[in-house]
Amino acid sequence: MTATYTLNFGPQHPAAHGVLRLVMDLEGEIVRRADPHIGFLHRGTEKLIEHKTYLQALPYFDRLDYVSPICQEHAYILAIEALLDITPPKRAQYIRVLFSELTRILNHLLNVATFAMDVGAMTPFLWAFEEREVIMAFYERVSGARLHAAYIRPGGVHKDLPPHLLEDIQAFILRFPKVVDDIENVLTENRIFKQRTVDIGIITDDQAIEWGFSGPMLRGSNVAWDLRKSQPYEIYENLEFDIPVGKNGDCYDRYLVRVEEMRQSVKMIQQCIDQMSKGPILADNPKIVPPPRPQIKTSMEALIHHFKLYTEGFHVPEAEVYTAIEAPKGEFGVFLVSDGSNKPYRCKIRSPGFAFLQALEFMSKGHLLSDVVAIIGSMDIVFGEIDR
Amino acid sequence: MDSPPSPTLKELITELLGPDLIEATSILGTPVITIYPVSIVRALTLLRDHKKYHFHQLVDITAIDYPSDTQRFQIVYNLLSLTMNTRLRIRLRVDSKTDVPSVTGVFQAASWYEREIWDLFGVHFSDHPDLRRILTDYDFSGHPLRKDFPLSGFTQVVYDPSQERVVHEPVSLDQNYRNFDFQSPWEGILSKFNPEKLS
Repeated sequence: MTATYTLNFGPQHPAAHGVLRLVMDLEGEIVRRADPHIGFLHRGTEKLIEHKTYLQALPYFDRLDYVSPICQEHAYILAIEALLDITPPKRAQYIRVLFSELTRILNHLLNVATFAMDVGAMTPFLWAFEEREVIMAFYERVSGARLHAAYIRPGGVHKDLPPHLLEDIQAFILRFPKVVDDIENVLTENRIFKQRTVDIGIITDDQAIEWGFSGPMLRGSNVAWDLRKSQPYEIYENLEFDIPVGKNGDCYDRYLVRVEEMRQSVKMIQQCIDQMSKGPILADNPKIVPPPRPQIKTSMEALIHHFKLYTEGFHVPEAEVYTAIEAPKGEFGVFLVSDGSNKPYRCKIRSPGFAFLQALEFMSKGHLLSDVVAIIGSMDIVFGEIDR
Repeated sequence: MDSPPSPTLKELITELLGPDLIEATSILGTPVITIYPVSIVRALTLLRDHKKYHFHQLVDITAIDYPSDTQRFQIVYNLLSLTMNTRLRIRLRVDSKTDVPSVTGVFQAASWYEREIWDLFGVHFSDHPDLRRILTDYDFSGHPLRKDFPLSGFTQVVYDPSQERVVHEPVSLDQNYRNFDFQSPWEGILSKFNPEKLS
């Protein structure tokens, strides 16, 4: 029997997907203990939010999981809207879902590509990042920012879609499935890829539930649980889509689930484009929603509202709420406690990656060191949301 | 707010928890129960193993600091039942000196959440196998999410060339943190809301 030795993996390591420090006890190449040290990207988001008005706190959510920004804004805004008891107009809901699904593609492209790169395939990475640029251009056209959009606002979305954006998204989703096919051609039946991922990091359905898994990590273990179906928010009820599930709960199944989710997202985007009708994009509530720009120049009332909303902000009645959305990585939840003032009293961010990383030791025990890289890659972790 | 949760769930909880239960209510549609800190392990075990409800997933544990109360911290457990598609929040109150029994024996996933609360709030969990800090720096002191912890903190890290390492020193900002308090002292913009939904 070989003596165990300790290996420090990270915090600066390309396969650690960010600033993960992993202290591992190895016996030869076999992992006996893996202790993830997190917090290298801790920025105190929750503390900062307590010192900002509700609207000022919104951009922090883009910076949590910086791979899928709009989905997180969505969870936060849904929490505010639940506390305020307001509903956005239909068109705004469609735009939100449209961009949530684009974000899902954005996220899964990054994950599938970097996962493939971790286990040795370089080419899908180049293809995927090209498409990510296209989606980020959509972000930019609608919000002005490629990444940190701050686009979803209480009562709707910030601006209506610019002209021709829908046509370009339509053209993109017609072209995009071919890219998924290409990526699948290179990976799905690839011998090296399968040797590195099949039967690696198996987690059964019961274990996945107990460890607090959600999203593709849970569905990869054959649990058909998706908040878009089971606790639908916005207009997901009106959309037709399937929930892909894996069979074995290994890294390969999680990859397959993500690939299929991209195809389902394309389907949903198509339905959003078809079903979307013209109409307002912000709720008609001047105490929450700022007035349109031209009105500020002509109406005294609008000017006052604008001034008050961007200095004092709106007050939120005293209550607490937990809202969760199906973010690309899993259940992203916001537990928002209001004390009736213009700032959140407490805002707990429940990130899916935190639960995944906690189970890393459980999943990698007894595997080889190189398998740990595959397991981390299949977990889809981003340290912005884990460290908060 | 005091609309009771669906009678079956409320009855179930009252019957299950009996004397451990302080209050069962519902906030904005989510059932919320308040219990004594000593009963948390028993309550979670019963709810997890109940043959109808199966609260198999512990989604989250978090804390809220109310510094003016004697029972300063509220610990909130967020449970999810995948079979019944129901969420349930359990909350309890403790002061800063009392330990909360750890629920790592019931849900393995509780470990990191409890470490996070210990790190950020300083609430101690008894019987936790590995209660280290998790998010803050290795030699950090203090509990940043407490309301009496200043936003800019107490110390900052700088590289000290004479010692050739990073050292902590008292925080000094070139410009003090500016906290613009625009809250109107008399009313503020209050939204329209349904008073029944208010807690």
